[in-house]
Amino acid sequence: MSHYNFAYLDEHTKRMIRRAILKAVAVPGYQVPFGSREMPLSYGWGTGGVQVTASVIGPDDVLKVIDQGADDTTNAVSIRKFFERTAAVRTTTRTDEATLIQTRHRIPETPLRAGQILVLQVPIPEPLRWLEPREAETRTMHALEEYGVMYVRLYEDITRHGKVAQTYEYPVLVNGRYLMRPSPIPKFDNPKLDGNPALLLFGAGREKRIYAVPPHTRVRSLDFDDHPFEVEHWERPCALCGARGVFLDEIIVDDKGGRLFVCSDTDFCARRQAAGQASGDRP
Amino acid sequence: MYVAVKGGERAIESAHRMLAEERRGDVAVPELSLAQIEQQLGLAVDRVMTEGSLHDRDLAALAIKQSRGDLIEAIFLLRAYRTTLPRLGVSRPLDTGRMVVSRRISATFKDLPGGQILGPTFDYTHRLLDFDLAEPERAAPAPRPVTPPPPDQPLPRVVELLDREGLIEAESPGDDRGPVGDLTREPLTFPAARDVRLQNLARGDEGFLLAMGYATQRGYGRNHPFAGEIRMGEVAVELVPEELGFPVEVATITVTECQMVNQFRGSAAAPPQFTRGYGLTFGAAERKAMAMALVDRALRGRELGEAPCAPTQDEEFVLSHSDNVEASGFVQHLKLPHYVDFQAELVLVRDLRAGHRAGPPR
Amino acid sequence: MRPAPDRPLLSVRGLGKRYGAQTGCLDVGFDLWPGEVIGVVGESGSGKTTVLNCLSGRVAADAGRVEYAARDGRVVDVLREDESARRRLLRSDWGIVHQNPRDGLRMGVSAGANVGEPLMALGARHYGGIRGQALDWLAQVEIGLDRIDDLPETFSGGMLQRLQIARNLVTRPRLVLMDEPTGGLDVSVQARLLDLLRGLVAELDLSAVIVTHDLAVARLLAHRLIVMRGGEAVESGLTDQVLDDPQHPYTQLLVSSVLHP
Repeated sequence: MSHYNFAYLDEHTKRMIRRAILKAVAVPGYQVPFGSREMPLSYGWGTGGVQVTASVIGPDDVLKVIDQGADDTTNAVSIRKFFERTAAVRTTTRTDEATLIQTRHRIPETPLRAGQILVLQVPIPEPLRWLEPREAETRTMHALEEYGVMYVRLYEDITRHGKVAQTYEYPVLVNGRYLMRPSPIPKFDNPKLDGNPALLLFGAGREKRIYAVPPHTRVRSLDFDDHPFEVEHWERPCALCGARGVFLDEIIVDDKGGRLFVCSDTDFCARRQAAGQASGDRP
Repeated sequence: MYVAVKGGERAIESAHRMLAEERRGDVAVPELSLAQIEQQLGLAVDRVMTEGSLHDRDLAALAIKQSRGDLIEAIFLLRAYRTTLPRLGVSRPLDTGRMVVSRRISATFKDLPGGQILGPTFDYTHRLLDFDLAEPERAAPAPRPVTPPPPDQPLPRVVELLDREGLIEAESPGDDRGPVGDLTREPLTFPAARDVRLQNLARGDEGFLLAMGYATQRGYGRNHPFAGEIRMGEVAVELVPEELGFPVEVATITVTECQMVNQFRGSAAAPPQFTRGYGLTFGAAERKAMAMALVDRALRGRELGEAPCAPTQDEEFVLSHSDNVEASGFVQHLKLPHYVDFQAELVLVRDLRAGHRAGPPR
Repeated sequence: MRPAPDRPLLSVRGLGKRYGAQTGCLDVGFDLWPGEVIGVVGESGSGKTTVLNCLSGRVAADAGRVEYAARDGRVVDVLREDESARRRLLRSDWGIVHQNPRDGLRMGVSAGANVGEPLMALGARHYGGIRGQALDWLAQVEIGLDRIDDLPETFSGGMLQRLQIARNLVTRPRLVLMDEPTGGLDVSVQARLLDLLRGLVAELDLSAVIVTHDLAVARLLAHRLIVMRGGEAVESGLTDQVLDDPQHPYTQLLVSSVLHP
């Protein structure tokens, strides 16, 4: 890859993206338009996340890439290889070792620390999009804090189902001001956004928006006082490591409908299993 | 006992190897050369350059070979390559009035100065499969007759003839000194200025624009189009290097330009005039240039005071969905794992079903 | 009884709008005091709807000045305020009842959500409380409480209009603009709606500008009338005076044309 710049993007483009990131950090939750470039990966497959990562990564960074919480899913593998080729950085599967984590659809179970950056891949950045298809109108609504229509949606859910029916991409209010779509993470992960010591960056390549939640920012999931926000619970622990209070994937193991529930976060699970074996515990 | 699936990396490598084999096909069949593609599939090359926003016939041919003939995939390859190229400068606007035309027709006048020049076109062919083409050429083909360029070039424009009488609206050059918008550098915002709109349409998917233009002809936002002039030929690309201060010709390229003459409008203040639509493509992509001109005119409805009543007149709808690289990516991204989001939905649906069996929610 | 205010709630001067060579409205002016209802009457093409659209901001006026006395005592220059301020005003202080209720409702969400939305837009966050207020207002506009979760698609024209009114009044606006509120409804339904409006206006001490071609509506609801023709106001005054003793020939024509049952 000798004729490509470090991390693929030219310096001019990186500077443009960093400016957008700075603006995003200065106005938490606000979607900053940026001149997204065509990347060697398809739109919809993480080009926004890749452009953000490419703009902030340095030769001393340690990169982790996950998709659905796992390091080994095909898209995570593909993106990690891309940065191995174009940036020659050290990569890892360990959340605690990484300085930079690019993720699709999950926030790691291992708590993040100050100094780490989490880059989330976003398909549709606009939280009001399904209620109002027009971009010109939604930008006005954000500017004027006209978010009543989002609460209408929650009201309707409660009326129809007795609870809010949004289970992922659950809308949040950032720093008490901007309504934000936190990417298709399960609502289970929403609490991790609130007051996180790490820097959270969100990149939408096709829709050409970058937004951010700076460290220690207040992030509240929308709810009603008498219908407070709540997360999913599983009755059983992880079948492999015994963890409770983490997001579990459902695996179908036989054709009689037998199922297993295991940690979605493969690094978290693997290390718990190793620790369990080391101390002789059974899950 | 369940063991977490590993081997995503091996699976991808395997897939890539299979793809390379499929791409080559039966090794007993001679390999395609870039020259063959560039010469004999020229219209595919033209489309890939136009929608790839990059004029380079050889690179386009390579992209077509690499993508196994999937032109949207080839366009993607070219666009991704373009991202890496440094920008050395911006050319002067192409002067299509000085084009050396190979083809130039007008549907609005029977004859015109310079004449109707058909050039190489499918238009009057009978669409009968020519089975001679299935056989290798018997003898060396007859040498191509040397057709001198039509006389009296450069040819005057049809719309200029209308313009002299004041019958057609001015081209509205706008502010020539201002910078031209560039969607490859900045995101699209609404309302979109015409320069950015035309760039979006030029890069837009031919099929999509064809359908949108066709819809206007069928009544979804009709604006009575006539093909004022379609011309295809070579134009010079000129740059004014800072050090020199005068224009230097850096290339000649073939483009196709379509000027539609549309529904006239007038008001109490101004007498009626015809209105315009514009389309421009690389090479001989004529159908795309025409579709682009129809859609351009439909999207000018807002500035011309036409109440939008059809999708083709809806700027956000058309311009947000015209890019086939974006569209292809997002549609196909559904193949990516979504099992975590789906898991969340499963939990909810099971929960609601349990609640349903237990009785109404309130 | 509130203390006599020292300025009108709404003050309009020289309001004008042109559509190309056509006059939408020209040099329209009036004062609206708290608790007062003004009827703007005329036939179609008279410019009465243009006046309303200029006030609401749906179209941009070409000339004139509109001043509104806000709750905090400030005087707002409505035509010159930036869009965000104007939209905020519409949300908190004003209501707009459209002639076609579908223009003023969300047809895809329940009746309860329609009435609750303005409250949610202003920060209400208690589902039970919002629903409770929605029920109250449905009762006030005489829509069956069992319809609260129904979609407006299932409502009759009269019910839609009453739902739109509830949605507008739930935030207790001070000023309501109404465009032909009884247009397109059956006569008996109109009568019921007018009764309701008259009651609500009095009970809530609302000010309103009501545009209508129907003089019977004007007589029932408005304290004062402005008669419009060809974009201009030809006569104005107390409703009874204008209708019983019209001075301008056009007003006389209008009044005499009304069919008497």
